[in-house]
Amino acid sequence: MKKGIRTENIKAAYGEKVIIEELSISIPMGQITTIIGPNGCGKSTFLKTLGRILGIKKGYIYLDGEEIHRLPTRELAKKLAILPQAPQAPDGLTVEELVSYGRFPYQKGLGRLTGEDKEIVSWAIEATGLKGLEEQATSDLSGGQRQRVWIAMALAQETEVILLDEPTTYLDMAYQLEILELLEDLNKVHGCTILMVLHDLNLASKFADHMIAFREGRVIKAGTPGEVMNKETLKEVFQIDAAIVTDPVSARPICMSYQLLNKEKNRSKVKKGA
Amino acid sequence: MKQKDEGKNRKNRGYKALLLLVACSFFLLFFMVLSIIVGAAKIPFSTVVDAFWHFDKENIKHLMVIDLRLPRVISAVVVGAALAVSGAVMQGMTRNPLADSGLMGLNSGAALALAICLAYIDKVTYSQIILSAFIGAGAGALAVYGISSLVPGGNKPMKLVLSGAAVSTFLVAVSQAIAIGNKMSQNLNFWTMGSVTGNSWNQLKAAVPVIGAGILIAVLLSGRISILSMGEEVALGLGVRLNFVKTVGTIVVVLLAGTSVALAGTITFVGMLIPHFARYLIGPDYRLIIPLSAVLGALLLVVADIGAKTLSAPSEIPLGALISLLGVPVFLYFARRQKGEL
Repeated sequence: MKKGIRTENIKAAYGEKVIIEELSISIPMGQITTIIGPNGCGKSTFLKTLGRILGIKKGYIYLDGEEIHRLPTRELAKKLAILPQAPQAPDGLTVEELVSYGRFPYQKGLGRLTGEDKEIVSWAIEATGLKGLEEQATSDLSGGQRQRVWIAMALAQETEVILLDEPTTYLDMAYQLEILELLEDLNKVHGCTILMVLHDLNLASKFADHMIAFREGRVIKAGTPGEVMNKETLKEVFQIDAAIVTDPVSARPICMSYQLLNKEKNRSKVKKGA
Repeated sequence: MKQKDEGKNRKNRGYKALLLLVACSFFLLFFMVLSIIVGAAKIPFSTVVDAFWHFDKENIKHLMVIDLRLPRVISAVVVGAALAVSGAVMQGMTRNPLADSGLMGLNSGAALALAICLAYIDKVTYSQIILSAFIGAGAGALAVYGISSLVPGGNKPMKLVLSGAAVSTFLVAVSQAIAIGNKMSQNLNFWTMGSVTGNSWNQLKAAVPVIGAGILIAVLLSGRISILSMGEEVALGLGVRLNFVKTVGTIVVVLLAGTSVALAGTITFVGMLIPHFARYLIGPDYRLIIPLSAVLGALLLVVADIGAKTLSAPSEIPLGALISLLGVPVFLYFARRQKGEL
């Protein structure tokens, strides 16, 4: 049995609109992989197909050698958790209640929590630094805390893989770092495989073991941050001219400044318009 | 502050729900007895007890209790429970706070199917009536959601309500035309106002098992509905079989709404009102909301029916009109509170 996530010639579409034509790629296990790319490049779509939130039109997705669409959805939910972008909890739901929904794949019948379920829920709450807030309504928490509650729910699923779609959206800088450091801990301490879409290139580079750059439903480049965060790749992916330097703290490549490649074209458009 | 208090009570939510269920069931029983006592002719409590334990078929009051008032109050109980549970299931599945079988076209669809059935089919059995009500309820919902889906942003709660209002008005007009054209006009109020008068044991025998089964399935589904109320993507990620839950949930809603229309005509707002009240009392978990909604819905309809027969005795106020009197202000409150998202 081959460990890891692998896709084979997958095609994904929303109705008639094809987002991914044909994609074959492997995601390394036990690492943090970040996906970058411009808006509408198919990176979220790709994540959704891996989490079977979106069906595929063609191809196969394998998790540890098993095709995910052949697995009962509950069995898959024990192996792979996915957090959509900016999920919404109903008003008044408490931290502990929300996290305990992560036990759904393991529950039978009407869904009473067993002793084991309760232990895992309190472990997930502790691991995400939410101890003491169990009884709080999630709507009363800060954005960063709320995102940690959702991550705790995914942890309670006890999966080897966690997929996250822009887990730092709507968070300010400190909270963004806090969330990503939490995910890094989960990877280092608990060995979770983490695959996430990130908007911020520098954060994506800083926290990744492996990076994937998308454009128009295709993978332009996949590899270490050094292999992906360079002038050529960013030019092809984002149509920008980037100045890349090495972060003195993390020793990872970061994009210090950038310009649009087709700036001249845009200027002439404005002139014509005027 | 309020939400923090709710949080502190969380551990007790299960017990609180149980306590509320018991208390409301007690109230329900009390008002059911009261409903049998009061009416055009007052029947003393001792006679009611007598009618149950020593039934005398020569005694006109005993006959009134067993054949008129008991089926009437049982109708109010099951219709109230059915409407409230169908509303709760719809609200949970669609995350639409204004979901209600009346507002979403199910009730008027069922009523039209009923009108067609009564007008054009000879010797119609009560099971056929209920069956046609299911088809009508399903078609009504399909029309409302279909029309909404043609408009960009049409699945927003308020757009659905508008589309529901348009479809309902049309369906009610057609029902009335059929009723008048076939000289069924004595029943006219039934289509627009709702009423539980004149229901017989035969009707209840066909309807109660359906409603009972519908509520039971809703309770079994309630954990999944709770998860669905966090959004479809979260639910899928947790391994909820979305298509299964939505299909079964929709069938439950159609069964409950259709049967309640077959028993009591179109009554709007119970399905929207009661789940909100239940949520206010015990929080957002549908495993608690659904059973509590059933009891609260029954309670509301029994009390409203007592009002319907006593407020302007000897004539009766249509039950549905009374409920709307209560429902419209609450509807406006929710519509205003959530105006940004509607």
